[in-house]
Amino acid sequence: MAVGTALVVLALVYSHTDELNGWVQSELLVVMGIQILLGGVIRTTIQPNMQRLMEEVRDGKLDFALTKPEDSQLLVSVRDVRIWRAVDVFSGGAVLAYGVAGLERGVGVGDALLFAALLALGAVTIYCFWLVIATLAFWIVNVWEILELFEGIYQTGRWPVSIYPAWLRFGVTFLVPIAFAITVPAEAVTSRLEWPTAALAVGFTVALFGFARWWWGFGLRHYSGASA
Amino acid sequence: MTTEAGRLRSYADYYATRARTQIQANFQYRVATYMWLVGMLAEPIVYLVVWTTIAEQQGGAVQGITRGQFAAYYIVWTLVRNMNIVFTPYGWEWRIREGQLSAALLRPLHPLHEDIAGFAGWKVVTIVLWLPIAAALWVAFDPELDPTLLEVAVFGVAIWGAYLIRTMFLSALGMVTFWTTRVSALFELVVALELLLSGRLVPLPLMPDWAERIADVLPFKWTFYFPIDALVGDLSRRELLGGLGMQLFWIVVLTALFYVVWRFAVRRYSAVGN
Repeated sequence: MAVGTALVVLALVYSHTDELNGWVQSELLVVMGIQILLGGVIRTTIQPNMQRLMEEVRDGKLDFALTKPEDSQLLVSVRDVRIWRAVDVFSGGAVLAYGVAGLERGVGVGDALLFAALLALGAVTIYCFWLVIATLAFWIVNVWEILELFEGIYQTGRWPVSIYPAWLRFGVTFLVPIAFAITVPAEAVTSRLEWPTAALAVGFTVALFGFARWWWGFGLRHYSGASA
Repeated sequence: MTTEAGRLRSYADYYATRARTQIQANFQYRVATYMWLVGMLAEPIVYLVVWTTIAEQQGGAVQGITRGQFAAYYIVWTLVRNMNIVFTPYGWEWRIREGQLSAALLRPLHPLHEDIAGFAGWKVVTIVLWLPIAAALWVAFDPELDPTLLEVAVFGVAIWGAYLIRTMFLSALGMVTFWTTRVSALFELVVALELLLSGRLVPLPLMPDWAERIADVLPFKWTFYFPIDALVGDLSRRELLGGLGMQLFWIVVLTALFYVVWRFAVRRYSAVGN
């Protein structure tokens, strides 16, 4: 249903113009496809684990996971997979493929590989962002509203971030890393990616991953268990 | 005559009390309400940015709608969107599945009054909390808004008209749950239709002509496009008052529909689980 309305909006936009800030319709389909696809990945793997983490902090069940002799961050990140949510991965993939088929320039092997790598990086970035937020649960019990907020903000990723005013572009690039997760891979497919941007995306992901790992450890040290 | 007046007074009393308790309850959850209001801003801001970008590319306007008018449209949109949030068919589904309706039926008042008064109280909280958000959007997007006194007055009435139309529409739809307690598929379909034909996605003049003609004969545009247009657009006195008349028409039609279906529905109601 959401995919359908997204396509209607896109059709409406392009019934009034040929290009939006330099992006033609097929290119925007690529952006939209990536957004839906990545949204599916988030809801299949990242979100269920992080939700469970927040719930268990509140209920005191997290202690069971922490006593296991494995890396706690890894453990809390891979416990749940909601496979039926993967339907978005397929519908997003279909929109993406349709967009790619309409591209005038076509996609070279190099671009495709770069895209796959950047998309994987993007997923890691979103994961780190979620972990940082979920770790907040050690201090603030009720972080559900932040989830709702993320759902809303994630919608901005349907459009290339370059159309947004500067303050918003900054927000969806560095505060909520949607630009790195969606727009940058889309730039790779539509052959408009510049190397400095790719380097920045790699650097940002590495830095965020480092921070998320430190932050998780920091949060854990402040966690005393709900029943203790 | 006196009993009639007394009945009216007790209704008014009930509405005032129910609305007041809802106002008090919801002010307790200010932060949660704020997070939620802010989360809802992404949708209009995205549309706003997309359409102002197109307007600028085309020398300032799309279909005669200027950049500043788009900004005004989507800022007012945020309030109208909130006025459109009412007791949904999911609520009816819950009410029936959980057996809540059995208790509600024992009370001397129709459960509909509880919904209307309760949500109306919540709206008051939303409007108050919305004002600072509107101010921030105003500064960020520089809307073109210069309404006359009459337009402001009509807008003030129309947002409540919109609230009632949508309440009655969704309550009538909620009656389906007496026959099946799984309404989500039907509800989602209706919401998708509404999304397209109410003016929530785009100002209706941007839709193709045939879609606009369909919207003319459905109640949706009177809950969304009309209130916004009353304040932002340049409607004549006749169009403004006529619009309120259309709202009244739909309220009456949908209320009648609701009561007809209700009479059949409640007759076949047997509490689930007992």
